[in-house]
Amino acid sequence: MISVENMSFNYPNGPDVLHGLNLRINDGEFAAIMGENGAGKTTLVKMFNGLLKPVQGRVLVDGEETSQRSVAQLSRKVGLIFQNPDHQLFAETVEGELAFSLRNFGFNEDVIHRRVTNLLTALDLERYATSSPFVLSGGERKRVALAAILVWDPKHVIMDEPTIGQDYLQKDRLRHFIMQLVSQEKTVVIVTHDVEFVAECKPRVILLSKGKVIADGRAVDILTNRDLIEQSSLAMPQIASLMNNLSDLQAPPGIIDTYSAREFLRERLRRGVIMRSPPGG
Amino acid sequence: MPAIVATDLSFTYAGADKASMESVNLSIEKGEFVVLTGPSGCGKTTFCRCLNGLIPNFYAGDLQGKLKVDDVDIKGKSTAELATHVGFVFQNPENQLFSLSVERDVAFGLENVGTPRKEALKRVEWAMEATGILNLRNKAPYELSGGQQQRAAIAGVLAMRPSIIVLDEPTSFLDPKSAEEIVAVIATLNQELKLTTLLVEHRLDVVSKYANRVIVMDRGQIALDGPPSEIYGDNARLIGIGLPKVTMLFHLLRRDGFPVGKNPTTVDQATEELRRLLNE
Repeated sequence: MISVENMSFNYPNGPDVLHGLNLRINDGEFAAIMGENGAGKTTLVKMFNGLLKPVQGRVLVDGEETSQRSVAQLSRKVGLIFQNPDHQLFAETVEGELAFSLRNFGFNEDVIHRRVTNLLTALDLERYATSSPFVLSGGERKRVALAAILVWDPKHVIMDEPTIGQDYLQKDRLRHFIMQLVSQEKTVVIVTHDVEFVAECKPRVILLSKGKVIADGRAVDILTNRDLIEQSSLAMPQIASLMNNLSDLQAPPGIIDTYSAREFLRERLRRGVIMRSPPGG
Repeated sequence: MPAIVATDLSFTYAGADKASMESVNLSIEKGEFVVLTGPSGCGKTTFCRCLNGLIPNFYAGDLQGKLKVDDVDIKGKSTAELATHVGFVFQNPENQLFSLSVERDVAFGLENVGTPRKEALKRVEWAMEATGILNLRNKAPYELSGGQQQRAAIAGVLAMRPSIIVLDEPTSFLDPKSAEEIVAVIATLNQELKLTTLLVEHRLDVVSKYANRVIVMDRGQIALDGPPSEIYGDNARLIGIGLPKVTMLFHLLRRDGFPVGKNPTTVDQATEELRRLLNE
């Protein structure tokens, strides 16, 4: 469990970046931190693996205060995948990149080989095993960065903007992968602007604005709330806007993803067809 | 006259065992607004790198075929020479801005090529006005929001008066509201200045409203090329590009056997078409 207690943070001589935050994210929970550029999202997640320490209040990971632990100690439990993969990658091959941390942690070569192979397959990277990460595209490098962290099996997985540069199939793959992690009781926290991705996955949404939590709840409630969307510079997901335009159809509330919209419209369109046919016909 | 003409253009990065771009043939007219998209690793960034000479000047490899920009063959041209034709805006404005004020940043490119002071001042003023950042001229880039930073980066490129502007996923790092604003700014510049615009984007939900031509690359080649409503079909989905969610919804309804018309590319079009179907 990750908990944040009355936590504030500022850079030296700067204004508060985060102010009086209280949060609890349970094991096996999937949460998305959203909010405008500069809201403090990345600063918040850097607290989770101890890269930054609170100026006031506390951050606890599985009951241990992060200010009492080193980044190296916390990293075994908390894997943080940066927004920019180039801040993280350095090895000569993709395989080497994944094996690096495992060798450091002292795993034997058999285990290393197995884990590396599994991860490369799961993230559609097996064909690049022996390539240099630097000849890959931006989206592919991002997946290598993700694999390089997941390979040591941290209990809490934090991803900063994981969908940037990913195409539709890769996003779909990422969604399934996240669900798999969650089903293994891992905590998954993503920082994202991608309202469409959130509308499809429906995680808990923690909305930050100007360093404060302004809302915390279900994706269907937050992504259909015009005031919150406006306040945090988000946009309403397309399907939510469409249902809003068709509000006279009296759809049940909370349709924000393609599949729910299809279910509803299919039923509505069929009924339209039946109502038109003559009675008894 | 076309602004960009590629003929059998191929490129293989040094050390890679297969081509990242293979036999690309394409022509973009002056003043066109083109969205270039495709799955990650499809070759779109490689194509853009050829336009400003980063390939082959900076990235080593094997370049075949022909590429003309403003009727100038890129072969043997330096990146600096090509920069006068093609302006580049990158994903992350933070990588592009570094001066102490927005105005200095916008002026940087002009100072570098030795534009006379009077002319430079005029162009900086014009570029800041065109992107709506005159009121930010004395601010430091780090004081700006992400959307404002990206406007400043675009202004710096505009000041060089390129005839073509290439934007590589300029909205990736922006919140949805700023992303929408930036795409609107780009569309306005294209309209008003007749600036040939090549916008590389995954987020088709944000750009479809403005694009009249979308080019989809797949495995190094051009797979689809046409107006969004025509190319947002099954093939596009199979390639794996992120079609707008309303378009996806129509694919599903069509699969369910409903007589939906052509693929909507915006929420408004989808609303209209659904009303028609429900009233029929």
